[in-house]
Amino acid sequence: MIWLMIAGMCLVTFVPRALPLVLGRNLVLPRWIRRWLSFFPYAALGSLIFPGILTVVEGRPWIGLAAGGCAALLALKARNAIFPVLVAIAVAVGLQLATGS
Amino acid sequence: MEQGAAAEVMRGVRAGVPVAVGYVPMAVAFGVLATQTGLSFFQAGAMSFFVYAGASQFASLGLLAGGASALAIVLATLVLNFRHFLMSISLSRRLSLPFALGFGITDETFVVASLEDLLTIRFFLGLIVTVYLAWLSGTLIGAGFSSLIPAVIARGMGVALYAMFIAILIPGVKKSWVNGLVAVAGGVLAWGASVALPALPSGWRIVIAILAASAIGALIGGGDETAVEEEKAA
Repeated sequence: MIWLMIAGMCLVTFVPRALPLVLGRNLVLPRWIRRWLSFFPYAALGSLIFPGILTVVEGRPWIGLAAGGCAALLALKARNAIFPVLVAIAVAVGLQLATGS
Repeated sequence: MEQGAAAEVMRGVRAGVPVAVGYVPMAVAFGVLATQTGLSFFQAGAMSFFVYAGASQFASLGLLAGGASALAIVLATLVLNFRHFLMSISLSRRLSLPFALGFGITDETFVVASLEDLLTIRFFLGLIVTVYLAWLSGTLIGAGFSSLIPAVIARGMGVALYAMFIAILIPGVKKSWVNGLVAVAGGVLAWGASVALPALPSGWRIVIAILAASAIGALIGGGDETAVEEEKAA
């Protein structure tokens, strides 16, 4: 039962991910759809950041916000994501310890 | 532009490191929860190895614990992962990826790859392998060693994904304010959907937010439209 479930889950996660790649760029799309698609990454980013960032530490939404704010400030100058990410982790751990883990 | 193949893959690996750091604690949590739900070490590992979809994997454990059938769980997985169909369509406009690499598309690898200026197949390969190995090894650690990681560190690492999202959003916003507006709209819509329709699975909240917020951007114009046109011409 578990193995059958895993096989089924494998199938229904892989097909939607791979199908558009099979069709590829041969698929001719109207201009307005291409324009719409070009914003998908930013819309996805927004919906992944918020409201999820409030729940990094349950019951203390400001810890996620503070760590995210630090990452945003550093990202204005940093050339890749690694440094802002490490600082954000340090801030999140530090704030938890400072406020009684 | 002539760049060594290995260097290109390594660029992808480096871009994947922040994602990998964020995946490990989630994967460890999944491994722990999976064994607590009654899956064996190998079943938990196989789930991350073959299914490789965080939200669906967690949801399946909840459904299993609730006594759901395999068919119901598979259907729920399809629903939760429909957003990757949209992301795959979007990526397929940028470059011709071998379809097998579609397996590596997640929310996180999609945004990192989409916002990479020099996106190539080798870059994508380096990115997805790094992230996949982090997810898999985290699952095995969680399933094998349960909770040896202090909770305060695990929670702190949970912020990594959000920090990475923010760090890759900022350059896009610098490029055009419309990108920032679309991201804000996406967040507000996702939050609004979670308040208005609490029963809606999170995968669908993201689908709604992506479709609606991108439509706002497309109506206003600007953004990366010119980039899309150039690629079309290229």
